[in-house]
Amino acid sequence: MISRRDFLQVGMAASAIVGGSGFGNWARLAAQQSLTQDQLLEFDTFGNVSLIHITDIHGQLKPIYFREPSINIGVGGNKGAVPHVTGSDFRKLYGIDDGSPSHYALSSGDFSALAQGYGRVGGLDRVATVIKAIRADRPDAILLDGGDTWHGSYTTWKTQAQDMFNVMNALSPDAMTFHWEFTLGSDRVHELVEQLPFAALGQNIFDVEWDEPAELFPPYKMFERGGTKIAVIGQAFPYMPIANPRWMFPEYSFGIRDENMAAMVEEVRAAGAECVVVLSHNGFDVDKKMASVVPGIDVILSGHTHDALPEPVLVGQTIIVPSGSNGKFVSRVDLDIRDGRMMGYRSKLIPIFSDVIAPDAEVASLIDAERAPYAAEMAEVIGQTDSLLYRRGNFNGTWDDLICDALLSERDAEIALSPGVRWGPSLIPGQDITREDIFGVTSMSYGQAYRTEFTGEFLKVVLEDVADNIFNPDPYYQQGGDMVRTGGLGYRIDVSKPQGQRISNMTLLKTGEPIDPARNYVVAGWASVNEGTEGPQIWDVVESHIRKLGTVTVSENNSVDVVGV
Amino acid sequence: MDLTRRKMLALGTSALAMASLGAVPAFASLTDDAIAELTGGADIGEGSVTLTAPEIAENGNTVPIGVEAPGAVEITLYADGNPVPNVATFKFGPLSASRSASTRIRLAQTQNVVAIAKMEDGSFQMAKAEVKVTIGGCGG
Repeated sequence: MISRRDFLQVGMAASAIVGGSGFGNWARLAAQQSLTQDQLLEFDTFGNVSLIHITDIHGQLKPIYFREPSINIGVGGNKGAVPHVTGSDFRKLYGIDDGSPSHYALSSGDFSALAQGYGRVGGLDRVATVIKAIRADRPDAILLDGGDTWHGSYTTWKTQAQDMFNVMNALSPDAMTFHWEFTLGSDRVHELVEQLPFAALGQNIFDVEWDEPAELFPPYKMFERGGTKIAVIGQAFPYMPIANPRWMFPEYSFGIRDENMAAMVEEVRAAGAECVVVLSHNGFDVDKKMASVVPGIDVILSGHTHDALPEPVLVGQTIIVPSGSNGKFVSRVDLDIRDGRMMGYRSKLIPIFSDVIAPDAEVASLIDAERAPYAAEMAEVIGQTDSLLYRRGNFNGTWDDLICDALLSERDAEIALSPGVRWGPSLIPGQDITREDIFGVTSMSYGQAYRTEFTGEFLKVVLEDVADNIFNPDPYYQQGGDMVRTGGLGYRIDVSKPQGQRISNMTLLKTGEPIDPARNYVVAGWASVNEGTEGPQIWDVVESHIRKLGTVTVSENNSVDVVGV
Repeated sequence: MDLTRRKMLALGTSALAMASLGAVPAFASLTDDAIAELTGGADIGEGSVTLTAPEIAENGNTVPIGVEAPGAVEITLYADGNPVPNVATFKFGPLSASRSASTRIRLAQTQNVVAIAKMEDGSFQMAKAEVKVTIGGCGG
């Protein structure tokens, strides 16, 4: 039996994602020259089984910038626990030097300056190089895709995800699970899944009419690797019909279904699995709770909330491995499976520094071929930015500030609402804003920008409802998005209070007057989950706004007053 | 394209219907009364009833609920946020192979679903689950 202490020791050994040398004077160093592909890939092969995890790619075929959040508040039992630690506190917790590659890859702070030095991250051609290198060490490594793959870019929208389907197939995954894929609509999902040369898993994907497991999505797959049997159980995003438009995939029901998860773990153990891996799109805090409720899971490969941690988190005897988003990271997890159980592990979160890792030529040419028909229209320059444009953060991000401004001005509204999604690359000051960049933060199958009227009372109901999806102290009630972004509307939020009591001091910013519960306000927003929403596509609204501005400058946003942290 | 006035009105209506979400159920005491009537005020134990309900309803109009209580002769379901909290009573005879049932119920707002089982020895057992009903949108 492996002790908790043994686990922690192995974990600590895994903690240095890159040889932890300091990078002083980072602003002047050609930082990437000090970093090599060998360093990033260096790994002392361990045990008898290797897992490779990538998740939440959101259609990003090419290298991008991606700023991690500076505000990510944990509540209840997760207050102050990772991943709810950001910036310098995060670096202190993990012993990461300021200005180091790990600082740039894993935490916020000095992002624009570090981005100049370290360059872009991700790119599936670089990811291919990393996967091939791991397979060279361990030819039968299991490659698992955590979902949110067939969504999020210009070409993914135009090809209805054929681009991602083709490129991912070239990487030969062994299984995947799902979230945004379903917003392609069930017909397209069926069409793609039926052609998949690997397993499409989801123990929690059920038929809505009979509440029985959906036949197209088996709960698990067994692998015989390294002289042992490993079961990989899929867990799709539990709240798809709530967080995304249910009418686009009316045949399906999801939910956490941890009783069924427990039954599946027992089933695969009875069938001889010596190691149980859950490929999860629950989100990190939900995974932590599930690990504490469902016995017998060895590894949870965690996606959805886009967290990246340099070492796994241990819950009981389950390790939870979150592997970031947007193609920025690949996790390698080596396991020692013997005598019916996991005896130890070694893991590494590999940051995909695109200037350091050489692109795989074959996959690079495949990506270029997928993009070629759209290259000219994607590359069109719409404007420039003087500001860092990013999305992540619990309450706002500069991209959404810009999107809300576009809604207010282009749609002649008093208040704008932008959904608290977590995907979308960043742009650094001085960059051109291309059409592709705008799609990177807006691309979706229900992007219509509505214009309507809400009463002040209903606006409060909306804010309270969304706030409870993030700050409910029980992770099983959290949906894994951030707070809805507001334009033209300020408010105070006490994250420690229950639903109905978190939001106060709602103010119409234009006049400084308090929101009147009885008055109607003109509201513009996008990504409504209601069927039949009408309006122009959000990317057209944003493009038109940026064209008028020419150069974008986003000023500091102090419209949300956060208390109770 | 702008929304037509008719669309706007339609949206406005559905918006109003949502306005009661998240409020504390006003009918909880009715449930207590109904349970007291069923049990005659007897003590109610916990642990023998398994209630399966989603944490968050995908569609408040049809929420799947499953209940199982080995050794029960009767199981009654309540939804404490509904104006009439009694939802259904399932009766089991001695030849019932399993003392379980599943059904779908309508929940207008976040509330508790309660299952009370009357056991073969005349004692009572219960289980409770909170089901959240939400506006939706905004998932990561």
